[in-house]
Amino acid sequence: MTSILSISLSAILINNFIMSQFLGCCPFFGVSKKVDTAVGMGMAVTFVMGLASAVTWLINTFVLVPLGLNYMQTVAFILVIATLVQFVEMFLMKSMPSLYQALGIFLPLITTNCAVLGVALQNVQNSYNFLESIVYGITGGLGFTLAIVLFASIRERLDASAECPKCFEGFPIALISASLMAMAFLGFSGMKIW
Amino acid sequence: MMSIVYAVLVLGVMGLLFGLILAFASKIFAVEVDARIPAVQECLPGANCGGCGYAGCNGLATAIVEGKAPVNGCPVGGAAAAEKIAAVLGVEVTESEKMIAHVHCSGTCENAKNRAQYEGIQDCLGAIRVANGYKECAFACLGLGTCEKACPFGAIHVVDGVAKVDASKCTACSKCIAACPKHIISLVPEKNAVRVDCSSKAKGKEVMDACSVGCIGCGLCEKTCKLDAIHMEGNIPVIDYDKCKGCQMCAKACPRHIIEPWNTPEKVKELQELKAKQAAAKKAAMEKAAAAKKAQEAASAPADK
Repeated sequence: MTSILSISLSAILINNFIMSQFLGCCPFFGVSKKVDTAVGMGMAVTFVMGLASAVTWLINTFVLVPLGLNYMQTVAFILVIATLVQFVEMFLMKSMPSLYQALGIFLPLITTNCAVLGVALQNVQNSYNFLESIVYGITGGLGFTLAIVLFASIRERLDASAECPKCFEGFPIALISASLMAMAFLGFSGMKIW
Repeated sequence: MMSIVYAVLVLGVMGLLFGLILAFASKIFAVEVDARIPAVQECLPGANCGGCGYAGCNGLATAIVEGKAPVNGCPVGGAAAAEKIAAVLGVEVTESEKMIAHVHCSGTCENAKNRAQYEGIQDCLGAIRVANGYKECAFACLGLGTCEKACPFGAIHVVDGVAKVDASKCTACSKCIAACPKHIISLVPEKNAVRVDCSSKAKGKEVMDACSVGCIGCGLCEKTCKLDAIHMEGNIPVIDYDKCKGCQMCAKACPRHIIEPWNTPEKVKELQELKAKQAAAKKAAMEKAAAAKKAQEAASAPADK
């Protein structure tokens, strides 16, 4: 129980995928112009990361490790994740159209998101068990959601006020604010958990 | 050697397996999409601006195919897009009038009085947070360009403290209408020239104090209109463009010259000259009639005797 709690806290705050590990920065900058799309993207990433952790753990434990193919993890995981996302998209479109409406447009964007691949590889590196892997995946996604929603609300404010110098408008100021946020998240790295 | 074979085999089998799963899934989970929807979407501009009221071009295309939206539902694509869509669906185009956004305010720096100086965030949303804006009139355009920033086509610009729409660039996407915190922008038909350039719902005296051109709610335009196309709603005339024929009688009757096209100084001068001319013509006609009557009386007088 303690390990699960510490994994969650670590994934959300201390080792936040975007703010401390700099994984998944592409959607972080791409889909952070509005808070509601940022929430949608965050939810989709959480969903896919949770699922990917479970499936890649199974593949790794029952296929790759017994055959001594640990060095093929990256390739195999990319294959698994890409298939999984495609499959989930089709499944949602057919059986849960409302959820598809909410997450659908974001799903293809996450097919090869490095945060998703990152969570799969880190599960192996940290030798988590099945439950811990899933928890790490979901909470890592929640950490992503937290970061992207905070960032989107900052960007909304930046766009509303014209105080920004002309040469920094748009993407440059977004990069600067992201780096300031990363520094703020650095404050969590001093946190000790059990 | 064996490890290489293993690796190739495992990945090959995995790839094959996943490929098969996806192939089957695409059959099992296939959702029937009307083939006309992508065809209709091809005809739309693809800017996903949301001006039609649907979430992006795909939403509108779906609605058009389902018959929930008219073929000319896209305000940006206009007649050209409507014709293409009609060709795809094999239906007739119902002619749509081109609409443009219009800012219903003439409170320029010269006309409208300020009650405070505002130095906060240069944005209307920010300005109304501070005691509902810095202008005396509560309905006035603040001229800080929230609409200008919202416009994806560069069709609206703040000139002399009031936003003005460039009719040639406006596509009626309604972004500015949604952005304006004062709610003083609306869509009007481009061809019809008669527009009310004020949004003030205040009483006459308040308007007089706040603005040198604002509508005082006298209702002369409503009385002048012969087509029942103009009605006073809370001290401000509202034009019903279904009935209005653009005769401009209301604009000429307005004592504050707040109804376009008779609101620019040149036009006002022209109007005064026109009125003077009409008055002179009337006077002349009356004199002529009086003279004719006199002559008739003079002519008929001897006959009586």
